[in-house]
Amino acid sequence: MSKVIVVTSGKGGVGKTTSTASIGAALAQMGHRVCVVDFDVGLRNLDLVMGAERRVVYDLINVAQGDAKLAQALIRDKRIDTLHLLAASQTRDKDALTDEGVERVIGELRERFDYVLCDSPAGIERGALLAMRFADEAVVVTNPEVSSVRDSDRIIGLLDSRTRRAESGARMDKQLLLTRFDSGRSSRGEMLSVADVLDILSIPLLGIIPESEDILRASNLGAPVTMSGVLSPAGRAYSDAARRLAGETLPMVVAEEKKTLLTRLFGRRAA
Amino acid sequence: MSLFGFFKSRGTAPVARERLQILLAHERVSLGPRDLAAILRDELLATIARHVEIDPEKLSVKLDRSGAFSTLEIDVEIPSEQMLSGGIQGARASAA
Repeated sequence: MSKVIVVTSGKGGVGKTTSTASIGAALAQMGHRVCVVDFDVGLRNLDLVMGAERRVVYDLINVAQGDAKLAQALIRDKRIDTLHLLAASQTRDKDALTDEGVERVIGELRERFDYVLCDSPAGIERGALLAMRFADEAVVVTNPEVSSVRDSDRIIGLLDSRTRRAESGARMDKQLLLTRFDSGRSSRGEMLSVADVLDILSIPLLGIIPESEDILRASNLGAPVTMSGVLSPAGRAYSDAARRLAGETLPMVVAEEKKTLLTRLFGRRAA
Repeated sequence: MSLFGFFKSRGTAPVARERLQILLAHERVSLGPRDLAAILRDELLATIARHVEIDPEKLSVKLDRSGAFSTLEIDVEIPSEQMLSGGIQGARASAA
């Protein structure tokens, strides 16, 4: 049975693309057939984070408009065979995507893959609505920060009203992925706690990803954190989130970034 | 955390939490409808689940505001063996 999951947030820069790539890679490593789809037309980045930026020939718009076959546009990951990418267009007009075109592509992806992860653009405009439109469930990526929480609340409202599932009267499952979490700052009352965010948004928790230097290192290399042999705390947190998404029950662990004496003395590093 | 910060009152998170709660309570109403159908669906599901065990997928709530008047369509499928023991009339209840 195929599942289409939208990774969305409303706010930009909270970690949608990183989360899509990391969870996609983790699900593929578990043996599932996975396709990650970039819906951010004009500002594509998933290809870069996945390390496949030089292999993009055809993209989502080409397939949606019928200019290319899906098989021609799918990019198979060189490290994990069951992982594929469908890139967004860099140049074309974002209005080139239509409801019908996207519905057809999603339908074709359902036939080939166990999981289709749709990386939504930021905002609540057409692109974000199209990314969620045909999804079965949603991962809402949120930072423990007021503007991100507010935007996530808006997105939850849209998931409950503007998706095909919601319109047909069915339940749209939504889970919260709390990213860039700093357990130290949260316990000192400097950052919203996990309980605060859950209480405000009232959707179930999928995972807590610690603020981590490993994330930047992973995107520098084009290798999602869940791909390395020995998992960092962030890689472990993403891997656990992927397993929960696949139906496993795991204890929720709040990973902590290890701090050296120097960083403790000289305060926080630049993010 | 600088040395001076240490002496100041710490913890701005409670302020953030309170501001968000007030703001979102307001926005959910004014930007409304945080989909009435979804809210009704969740609450109906909770109510029904107190009495009979049902598959959440078998409850459908449709709100149609397109015509001259609005209609609310609720469709619940209840397993027949539970219906007998629970004394509920009709396996499928439909209201419009």
